[in-house]
Amino acid sequence: MIKKNPHILLILFTLILLTGSYLQAQQRFPKPEFDSGYLQPNPTQPEPRAMALEYFDVLVLLAVLSLASWLAIKKRSRRGLLWLSVFSLIYFGFYRDGCICSIGAIQNVALSIFDSGYAISITALLFFVLPLLFALFFGRVFCASACPLGAIQDLLVINPISIPSWIRKTLGFIPVLYLALSVLLAATGSDFIICRYDPFIGIFRMDGPALMIFLGITFLFLGMFYARPYCRIFCPYGVLLSWMSKFSRRHLTITPSECIKCKLCEGSCPFDAIEIPVEQSYRTPEVSRKNLKRFIIYIALIPVLTVAGGWIGSRSHIFMSRVHPDVYLAELMISNPELREDEENLDIQAFLESGDTFEQLVEEAAVIRGKFRKGSMAMGGFVGLALGITLMNQVVFRRREDYEPHKGDCFSCGRCMDYCPVEKNVNL
Amino acid sequence: MMDKKDKSKDKAYNRRDFINNGVRLALGVSVVGTAAFTLQRSATGKDYVWQIDPFKCTQCGRCATDCVMAESASKCVHAYDLCGYCDLCGGYLKPGAKLETGAENQLCPTGAIQRRFIEEPYFEYIIDEELCIGCAKCVKGCSAFGNGSLHMQIRHDRCLNCNQCSIASVCPSDAISRVPASEPYKIKGEFIKEEES
Repeated sequence: MIKKNPHILLILFTLILLTGSYLQAQQRFPKPEFDSGYLQPNPTQPEPRAMALEYFDVLVLLAVLSLASWLAIKKRSRRGLLWLSVFSLIYFGFYRDGCICSIGAIQNVALSIFDSGYAISITALLFFVLPLLFALFFGRVFCASACPLGAIQDLLVINPISIPSWIRKTLGFIPVLYLALSVLLAATGSDFIICRYDPFIGIFRMDGPALMIFLGITFLFLGMFYARPYCRIFCPYGVLLSWMSKFSRRHLTITPSECIKCKLCEGSCPFDAIEIPVEQSYRTPEVSRKNLKRFIIYIALIPVLTVAGGWIGSRSHIFMSRVHPDVYLAELMISNPELREDEENLDIQAFLESGDTFEQLVEEAAVIRGKFRKGSMAMGGFVGLALGITLMNQVVFRRREDYEPHKGDCFSCGRCMDYCPVEKNVNL
Repeated sequence: MMDKKDKSKDKAYNRRDFINNGVRLALGVSVVGTAAFTLQRSATGKDYVWQIDPFKCTQCGRCATDCVMAESASKCVHAYDLCGYCDLCGGYLKPGAKLETGAENQLCPTGAIQRRFIEEPYFEYIIDEELCIGCAKCVKGCSAFGNGSLHMQIRHDRCLNCNQCSIASVCPSDAISRVPASEPYKIKGEFIKEEES
C-alpha cells in the first residue's frame, strides 16, 4: 500500500495539471463586454530595421572595399585610406552600432554549417566572404579602411614601439587559438564569444556593461604603444585574411617603381610589417645546411603537432563542453542535487518549471558533449597544424632584394608609402 | 630579348608564381565553396530578429539587467485581447501606495503601468514604455493571478539586433530565439503556445 501511494499522488498531480492547463486556455477572467462603446487598442509592434537597409550595408561594404583597393594599389594615397577608414568607423561603427561585422560573421558561418536548424542571412554571409575575396586579390584592404574596429585603433596609434620578432610571432599565434575556440563554440551552439568579448562595440553604442567599456578603453590605451593590439593579438578574422593576403594577386607596395634601399621606410610601419632585404651573402653553406636540417625537423614535426593537438583537444572536451548552458546545468544538478530546492538559482528553477524531465536534460547534454568531443579534437588538430606550419615558415629562406611589406601581416594602411622618396614612374 | 641570367631568374619567379596562383585558386575555391555550402544549407537565406516566446518565459528578470543597452530592449507589452480589465491588477501599483516589504514590491517598480477607468468595474491598463525597465514583475503577477495578458516582448525599435543576443545567452528558460524578420513579434492571442514536439 505504501508503495502504491506515490502513484496515486502522481495521478492526482497530473489531473491537477491537466485541469490547470484547461483553465488557462479558458482565461480566469473572461473579457468583459463593454456598454460604453469602448474601443480596445492593440499593442504596438514597431517594425525592425528594414531589410533593404541591410542590403544597403553590403553595398557600402563593397564600395568601401573597392575604393580601398584602388587607393592602396593604384592611387597610393595614405590620406585617402585614412579618410575612408574614418567613414567606416562612423558608418559601420557609430551609425550601425558595430553589428554585423565580418569578424563576428565567422560564427554565423560556423553555426550554419554545423546546425541545420540555423539559416545564415545573406548579409552575414556576404560580410564574411567579401573581405576575404578582396584580400585574395588586393591584400588586407578590409583592415585598412573597412573595419571599424581597426579604424578606431588605427586613429589612436600615437607612439608605437617596435616589438622583438619572437614576441610578435608568439602573440600572433593567439588569434589562431581564438579562431579555433570561437568556431568550436559557435558550431556547437554554445556561445558567440567574438561578439561577447568584442572590446569596442560598447564604445560604438556608447552604452554597455562596464567590463566591455573598460576592455575597450584598455585596448585603445594599449594601442597607443602597441599599435592595433586587438588586430594583432586577438582578431580571429585576421587569421583568415592573412592566409588570403599571403597569396594575394596584387598587394600594396612601399615603392611605386624601383626600391633604392634608402631605408627611409624602415621605421615607418607601426606594426613591424616591413621586411628588410635579405642579402644573398647571408646564405652561406653553413647557414643553408643548418636551415635545411631545421626545415626537415619542422616538417617532421607537423604531423606530430597535429596529432598532439588533436589529443589535447579531445582530452579537454569535457572541460570545454561546460561552456554550453545545458551541459553546465546538467552537471550542476547531478553534482549538487540540493540546489533543486534553492529558490535563488534561476536556471534550475526555470528548468524545473519548464516541464522537461531531468533525463531529457542529461540526454541533451550528452549529445552536446559528443559534438564537443569531435569538435575539440578537430580544433586541437587544427591548432597543432597551424603551429607546425608557423614553425616551418621560420626557416624557409626567401631572397629579398627590396623593402617589402609582409603580405600576411600588412594591414595596407599605406603609412610606408609616404616615406618612399622614389617618384612614380609615369611610363609604367 | 633576355640574356641567360635573366632567364634563370625569370624561371625561378615563374615557379613561385605557379605555386602562388595554385594556392590562390585553392583558397578562392574554398571561400566560395563555403559560401555556396552555407547558402544551400540555409536555402532561403532569411533574415532573423530576436524575440521572446511568452509561453516559455519564466519572468526571471534577467531581461532588465542583461541587455547590452542600459535600458533593456525587452519590455512588457499588453495583449488587450486577453485582459480581464480587472480592478485588482497583478502588476499595477496604485499611485501613492507605500512600497514596503510586502506585496507592493511585486508590482511595477517604476509606475510604468497606468490605468484608465472605463466603466464599472473595468479598468484599462496602459504601459508607458519609456518607464518600463523590463523587470517582468507585472508579468509574474499577471500570470499568477490574472489572465497573463501582460508579457515580455523585445521591442524592435529599441533592439540593436546583435549577432548574439546577450539576454538570450543567459535566459534560463531558452525563451529567446531568432525568429524570421517578417514575423517579428509573438504577442499573446495572435501567437498561441507552440505544441511541444
